[in-house]
Amino acid sequence: MSIVFYIISGLSVAGALAAVLLKNTVHCALALTIAFAGVALMFLELDAQFAGFAQILIYIGAVAILVVFAILLTRGSETPKDTVYSRKPVVGLVTAAGIFAMLGWAVLRSQQFLPGSGGTPTATPPVTVMDIGNALMGRYVLPLEIVALLLTAALIGAVIVAMHEKESAK
Amino acid sequence: MNPLTGYLLVAALLFAIGLAGALTRRNAILVLIGIELMLNAANLNLIAFWRYGPHPEALTGMMFAIFSIAVAAAEAAVGLGLVISIHRHAHTTDLDAMNRMKG
Repeated sequence: MSIVFYIISGLSVAGALAAVLLKNTVHCALALTIAFAGVALMFLELDAQFAGFAQILIYIGAVAILVVFAILLTRGSETPKDTVYSRKPVVGLVTAAGIFAMLGWAVLRSQQFLPGSGGTPTATPPVTVMDIGNALMGRYVLPLEIVALLLTAALIGAVIVAMHEKESAK
Repeated sequence: MNPLTGYLLVAALLFAIGLAGALTRRNAILVLIGIELMLNAANLNLIAFWRYGPHPEALTGMMFAIFSIAVAAAEAAVGLGLVISIHRHAHTTDLDAMNRMKG
């Protein structure tokens, strides 16, 4: 494990923790951006340049901005007076900790069966953006079209759901 | 430590943090943030298995991750649109206050 991996993973985990723990909602959205950037750096570290830059463009450029817009439109930046947590936060915490313990146990137990466990670094996969484009337009063209349809439907649906209603409809 | 194991552990930690956020916060937007973190952890798993798997040139994990990112973007747009719509009706984003389906 390289020192870069530890720095990047620490950054993303710290960003994620801040995103779910901070009281001010706007601060949560900004911490979420740090977590997204950390995951994007991990993609780049894993030689997945296309996915890394797609992550930066879509998550930091679109999703985080959308979250900030939603927070400001709903006046969610006003911290509630009593508490920001639900009535029984312990149940959620115990569930999350249990799932993390189970996943970590499974990963550590299956360590010797995972690929690349010989200790030798595997070669960088010979994949360029052109290969990804060819695969998207060749073997994966049907999923691509379905995703295009889904994005169009989601765009229209989000606009219709969030659209102002006419006064006469009330 | 095996590099793949490290990435899988970080992904599991991110998933657990996102799940804790989605289960314990009362603001609906914070719950959506937790869901986005969980989706990111799943994407990290897909990319890590693609990188260290036996056939990275087949691009299977990469394609899964790209389509998953696109679906997550659509989900975020619709989810935040719903939150804004609910806020317009009920003037709250508190999930405990959303206890009826009628507008």
